Amino acid sequence: MVNLKINNNPVSVPEGTTILEAAAKLGLKIPTLCHINWDCFHVEHRSGSCRICVVEVTGKPNLAPACCTPVAEGMDVHTNTMRAIQARRTVLELLLSNHPKDCLVCTKNQNCNLQSLASEFNIQTIRYEGEQTKLAVDDNGAAIRRDMSKCIMCRRCETACNVVQTVGVLSGVNRGFNATVAPQNFLPLDQTACVFCGQCVLACPVGALTEISYKDEVWQALNDPSKTVIVQTAPAVRVAIGEKFDMQPGEISTGKLVAALRRLGFAKVFDTDWSADLTIMEEATELFGRIKSGKNLPLLTSCCPGWVNFLEHQFPDQLHMPSTAKSPQQMFGAIAKSYYADLIGVDPSDLVVVSIMPCLAKKYEAGRPEFAPNGVRDVDYVLSTRELASMIKEAGVMFNSLPDEDYDDPLGESSGASVIFGASGGVLEAALRTAADWILNAQPDGSIAYFEDAADSPIDFVAVRGLEGIKEATVKIGDLELKAAVVSGLGNARKLLEKIRSGESQYHAIEIMACPGGCINGGGQPYSFCSCGGSDVLEARKNAVYRADEGKAIRKSHLNPSIIKIYKDFLGHPNSELAHKLLHTHYCAKK
Amino acid sequence: MIIKTPSDLTAKVAELKAGFSGKTQLLVSLGTCGIAAGGSPIAAALRKHVTEQGLESKFEVVDVGCLGLCYCEPMIEVKAANGKSLIYGNVTEEQIPAIVAAGADKVAEGLQVQATNIYYPEDQEKPEKKVVQTRIALRNSGRINPEKIEDYLLKDGYQALAKVLTKMKPEEVCQQLVDAGLRGRGGAGFPTGKKWQFAAAQPKGQKYIICNADEGDPGAFMDRAVLEGDPHAVLEAMAIGGFAVGADTGLIYIRAEYPLAIARLKKAIEQATSYGLLGKNIFSTGFNFTIELKYGAGAFVCGEETALIHSIEGKRGEPTFKPPFPAVRGLWGKPTIVNNVETLANIPAIFRKGAAWFKSIGTPGSPGSKVFALAGKINHVGLVEVPMGIKLRDVIFELGGGITDGREFKVVQIGGPSGGCITAKNLDTAIDYESLKALGSMMGSGGMIVMDEDTCMVNVARFFLDFTVDESCGKCTPCRIGNKRLFEILDKICAGKGTPEMLDQLEELSNVIKDTSLCGLGQTSPNPVLSTLKNFPDEYKAHIFEHRCPAAVCTAMLNYIINDKCIGCGLCARKCPVNCISGTQKTRHHIDQSKCIKCGVCMRTCKFAAIDRK
Amino acid sequence: MTCCCEKTESALEKLARLEPEKTAQLNAFIDTLPIGKDIESNRAHLIIALHQAQGIFGYLPSEVQQLIAERLKLTRSEIYGVISFYSYFTDKPIGRFKINVCCGTACFVKGANLVVEQFSRELNIKEGETSADGRFFLGVLRCVGACSLAPVVMVNERVYGNVTPAMVSQIIADCKD
Ligand SMILES: Cc1cc2nc3c(=O)[nH]c(=O)nc-3n(C[C@H](O)[C@H](O)[C@H](O)COP(=O)(O)O)c2cc1C
Ligand code: SF4
Ligand code: SF4
Ligand code: SF4
Ligand code: SF4
Ligand code: SF4
Ligand code: SF4
Ligand code: SF4
Ligand code: SF4
Ligand code: FES
Ligand code: FES
Ligand code: FES
Repeated sequence: MVNLKINNNPVSVPEGTTILEAAAKLGLKIPTLCHINWDCFHVEHRSGSCRICVVEVTGKPNLAPACCTPVAEGMDVHTNTMRAIQARRTVLELLLSNHPKDCLVCTKNQNCNLQSLASEFNIQTIRYEGEQTKLAVDDNGAAIRRDMSKCIMCRRCETACNVVQTVGVLSGVNRGFNATVAPQNFLPLDQTACVFCGQCVLACPVGALTEISYKDEVWQALNDPSKTVIVQTAPAVRVAIGEKFDMQPGEISTGKLVAALRRLGFAKVFDTDWSADLTIMEEATELFGRIKSGKNLPLLTSCCPGWVNFLEHQFPDQLHMPSTAKSPQQMFGAIAKSYYADLIGVDPSDLVVVSIMPCLAKKYEAGRPEFAPNGVRDVDYVLSTRELASMIKEAGVMFNSLPDEDYDDPLGESSGASVIFGASGGVLEAALRTAADWILNAQPDGSIAYFEDAADSPIDFVAVRGLEGIKEATVKIGDLELKAAVVSGLGNARKLLEKIRSGESQYHAIEIMACPGGCINGGGQPYSFCSCGGSDVLEARKNAVYRADEGKAIRKSHLNPSIIKIYKDFLGHPNSELAHKLLHTHYCAKK
Repeated sequence: MIIKTPSDLTAKVAELKAGFSGKTQLLVSLGTCGIAAGGSPIAAALRKHVTEQGLESKFEVVDVGCLGLCYCEPMIEVKAANGKSLIYGNVTEEQIPAIVAAGADKVAEGLQVQATNIYYPEDQEKPEKKVVQTRIALRNSGRINPEKIEDYLLKDGYQALAKVLTKMKPEEVCQQLVDAGLRGRGGAGFPTGKKWQFAAAQPKGQKYIICNADEGDPGAFMDRAVLEGDPHAVLEAMAIGGFAVGADTGLIYIRAEYPLAIARLKKAIEQATSYGLLGKNIFSTGFNFTIELKYGAGAFVCGEETALIHSIEGKRGEPTFKPPFPAVRGLWGKPTIVNNVETLANIPAIFRKGAAWFKSIGTPGSPGSKVFALAGKINHVGLVEVPMGIKLRDVIFELGGGITDGREFKVVQIGGPSGGCITAKNLDTAIDYESLKALGSMMGSGGMIVMDEDTCMVNVARFFLDFTVDESCGKCTPCRIGNKRLFEILDKICAGKGTPEMLDQLEELSNVIKDTSLCGLGQTSPNPVLSTLKNFPDEYKAHIFEHRCPAAVCTAMLNYIINDKCIGCGLCARKCPVNCISGTQKTRHHIDQSKCIKCGVCMRTCKFAAIDRK
Repeated sequence: MTCCCEKTESALEKLARLEPEKTAQLNAFIDTLPIGKDIESNRAHLIIALHQAQGIFGYLPSEVQQLIAERLKLTRSEIYGVISFYSYFTDKPIGRFKINVCCGTACFVKGANLVVEQFSRELNIKEGETSADGRFFLGVLRCVGACSLAPVVMVNERVYGNVTPAMVSQIIADCKD
């Protein structure tokens, strides 16, 4: 232990602790901007570049950055001397002098670290105005908007993209006053290997990186009498949106969410959980087949478009590995624009499908050309959890006092297996629940008893739960020892894929989610968690997902009555010709 | 031949001495500076002359590195075997026959020789003369052919390495360097021996020693002279360092702007390797050491050691916060020593002559000598190596030959863009690390830019900030934005748009930038502002309150006007680069102020003092 | 149904088509480097590879960056990050006559800025730009180590010393293709 004094208060901390951490122990919050410690996925970004955290250390000629100065025995730290306060103010003024002070018309208004510091420091004038960085806004793609004139060069996005995700499309470029963060040659993101996971957006403390919003388009559609506008909500939205309305992280607000969507004017409120059950039917069938034939193993899940995009860019030689099943979002869209449109007698081009997603990659996914048969998109607009919350506020819907309401039929009923899609490990667990029944119910003729429950079949596969980046489990189902792995975060995915490519690791099934922790930590989720300084928020969202699962009467996808019904009425059986046409896709190598 | 033992080395030197011809040498200095000034054709003409006249048995033309007399390049030194020597400067091809004919004994007719005031403490007694150069780091530069290792061996080359490897333990090597008190010549003046001990104390395993040859201070070129004139001294020192700290790999990070130094280093590494003085099992001691070159690509900040390491790793040259120091976690995470070229060049001498000898030169706190690059408005532009503790006045007015065109001395800027200026009232300061710091300047790498009365100090501060803004890596806020703002304020003042608040702003902002920047660049970049503010407040005030540039430099505030002394000769009109002077012969001419670029050519050309600058 | 698989010419194919010799030359150089699986050690060869590539192509267009990225197994963005950091590298083609005015301290003290301004006026380009006809590039350097000749101008390899604004038009006239 190292003993030191901070503002004359003694404190004792382990070696290697920074002044910032030691001060926190004493209940002192030193302001930070560039520093971020993603403790839930073991990455610390400690660039020491913003200099807002400087403190005075007796005996040191210069002020010391608290976020990267390790404590030393006998150190005498003063966090609030006039010298330190003045220096921090000046540093903040400098940042603001090169910043468009557009708070009122900025997506990050009230969610911005720079803005809150300006308010905490009570900055009234900026003495050093001068030239401001002017760079073209990149909003070419479908998902992410880059406005580098707001960038403060904390470089967190770089670490998110290059270290956490290992996608590597962002780099510091130029130098001096012209330094900024950009892809190669300032290309728009959609011309790079960016997968639109949005982890950089979550990391950005200011409004330089934000989602591209489709709120206006959705308002327009809702107000167009010629359109029928239906909506689907992804599993992870219900455990996070409450945070935008001052609820505790991890509160499940499914019922209020449904009610709010109705108040906004959606004709029907459906659930992506429903199509997640459908995904399991198709994916588990594939898994069952691959296990039986012993060919083309392991099966990789395909419901995360960020991950799919990563595979297409980084492992173009491995495109045979993932399941060909579409993601739940796209399955929903495909069914909505065929089966459901038919059912209600609306022309698919007059039916508008909106998705509420925790995800920015889904915005990109919905725009992939193969998901727009005959030029009509299966999913028209994708809104992030954050955008929906903002629509709800704009519309004056009093979220907190809404009654709990239920989803509409027929695309609304879901099993517990589908809600856990929201957390890392959930997709695999859901698939295992179904595959286990099919294996245990082995039919003499080799066919699958699709909709039967097996006695004593397992439901909870606890080994694949949790926030760790790579989880491995061997589960025994009957005689089969099924080897499975669950990966979240693309950096972890890369590690595992390289091992698979080299034959070093062998599995039957692998779930991969682009966002560390899964969709509960998606790029479209409320920002609040990114300033919490601990993994508590993610943990709470994750626990909520599993609570929601336990609260369900039916917890296996193949037992969901609506699913059984759609196969009976429309699709036939999993992987039928029609199912193949509507529910499966293929992958393209991208270079 | 492979030199396997110290006695092999002695034998080799004996063999070389025996083969020494006793011819009179004609040394032509061919550093970058000498070549730029036209040294190569002189060397060629000299060779041709010697051959044509059949003088090969008496004379030998030797290409050497730079002796530091830039002001009189191209130059020829005539040096007899007995040591007698004459130096001719600004040599033309026509003068060659006379120079050769006169030999080393008498001065060629009609020519003048240059006095050098140089002494070499390793093998000479200190002369009685008052002010002399004391050459340790530059002991061979300009005296040997840097492309021949044999020349270096003849000058006791690699003797220090032999001694260290065969007679000393690594701890003793570090200790001897600590005892010598050598301080880093790359800027900060950190004791080199301490740094070595630090790295030596790290657990065994891969370690590196890096020679910092990035030399980025504009107007400083002493490292270049060492590398071009005596590359083996650096290689030998690196090997000694490798032995002391337990590193088997050395890297030289050299700026790409120094192609000649690169070529000579490559050759030197090749030759040393072929003699077995680098490579495996050196002097049969089991010690292995190799040296690689790594290239810069035009970034001043890469002289900073952590940035330099990132640059070698192939990354953007952005500094990182210390601790950890490179000696603990450096190149690829391994303990790494970074030493400056000049620092290293001193080391073989220290091990040949001992710590006490080194300490006897210079001052107790800053032993040894320091090379300075004199430039600007000084007569003897070039390199001088002087003992620490020498007075600034002696360097500038004795060795440097005073101010050009008989103008008045105003300031000397020491320490490059991050140094500070020193005014006439402090010219009697004895130079060492601490005294310069006390004056708000710093030793830096040893650039000394002399400025005369025609210099505007606000404009100078603006120039340095322009440099910093250009060269800042952009990582941290105070340096990236703060220096830009400092520059903008200075720019406004120079443009006549200064306001009274700016004086306070400059000072406060400068202090915060110094206090909060991540690396040495930002921590020192406001020095030129603070030191000019302190020494020349009236100049700032004149700009701000009177819209006047006292030195008549800031063009926005001055005009060239033709007065009634003009006789209409038309000379100025012909010389004006933008043709903005009009008038007919024999009538008073007129300057079109809207076109005038204020270059001052007209005023300098007019023989009748008919042009005023206001 | 369309999808993302539609094939277009990749940047590398384009480079090989347009500049076969230069591409081969660069590839041959990279072949001499000890490139392996370890990205950290590959990266150590990036700067020398960029020096070579710029020597061969004259500048570093995006296709060349991509080639180096693939060979060294680095990302394109980090290569661009490096190129844009070091003033030696450029991703824009530059003029045949590279006029570089030294603006180091010694040259500045002796009036180098006036020389730059004069070039800028006569060539009608700003510092860092290439003239429209692709002949002249105007740049500044920080000390070429010939301070005794200050102010110094370099045109490609040729050094001019003690330059005054009045000499500028002659220096430009000396540039003959
Ligand atoms: C901005 C900056 C530029 C520097 N440039 C150089 C340089 O060009 N050459 C050099 O030897 N040291 C330079 N240094 C100092 C180095 O960081 C380092 O201290 C030095 O190389 C150590 O060697 P020494 O102890 O032998 O002086 C620079 C430091 C800073 C902060
Ligand atoms: S980024 Fe933050 S400070 Fe900047 S305009 Fe947006 S809300 Fe305001
Ligand atoms: S969205 Fe993901 S892949 Fe794209 S730049 Fe951001 S972190 Fe990188
Ligand atoms: S874009 Fe955002 S996260 Fe990235 S460096 Fe700029 S401010 Fe930081
Ligand atoms: S993990 Fe979820 S939120 Fe993240 S990219 Fe994949 S689908 Fe989107
Ligand atoms: S939840 Fe907390 S710990 Fe996890 S990423 Fe966000 S800020 Fe970091
Ligand atoms: S002080 Fe300047 S050069 Fe140093 S790290 Fe900060 S921005 Fe970069
Ligand atoms: S100062 Fe220069 S531009 Fe102006 S008139 Fe005189 S010569 Fe011409
Ligand atoms: S040179 Fe002097 S005298 Fe001659 S025209 Fe010009 S101003 Fe008049
Ligand atoms: S938070 Fe410490 S330097 Fe940015
Ligand atoms: S003569 Fe070489 S540095 Fe001047
Ligand atoms: S400053 Fe121009 S050559 Fe040195």
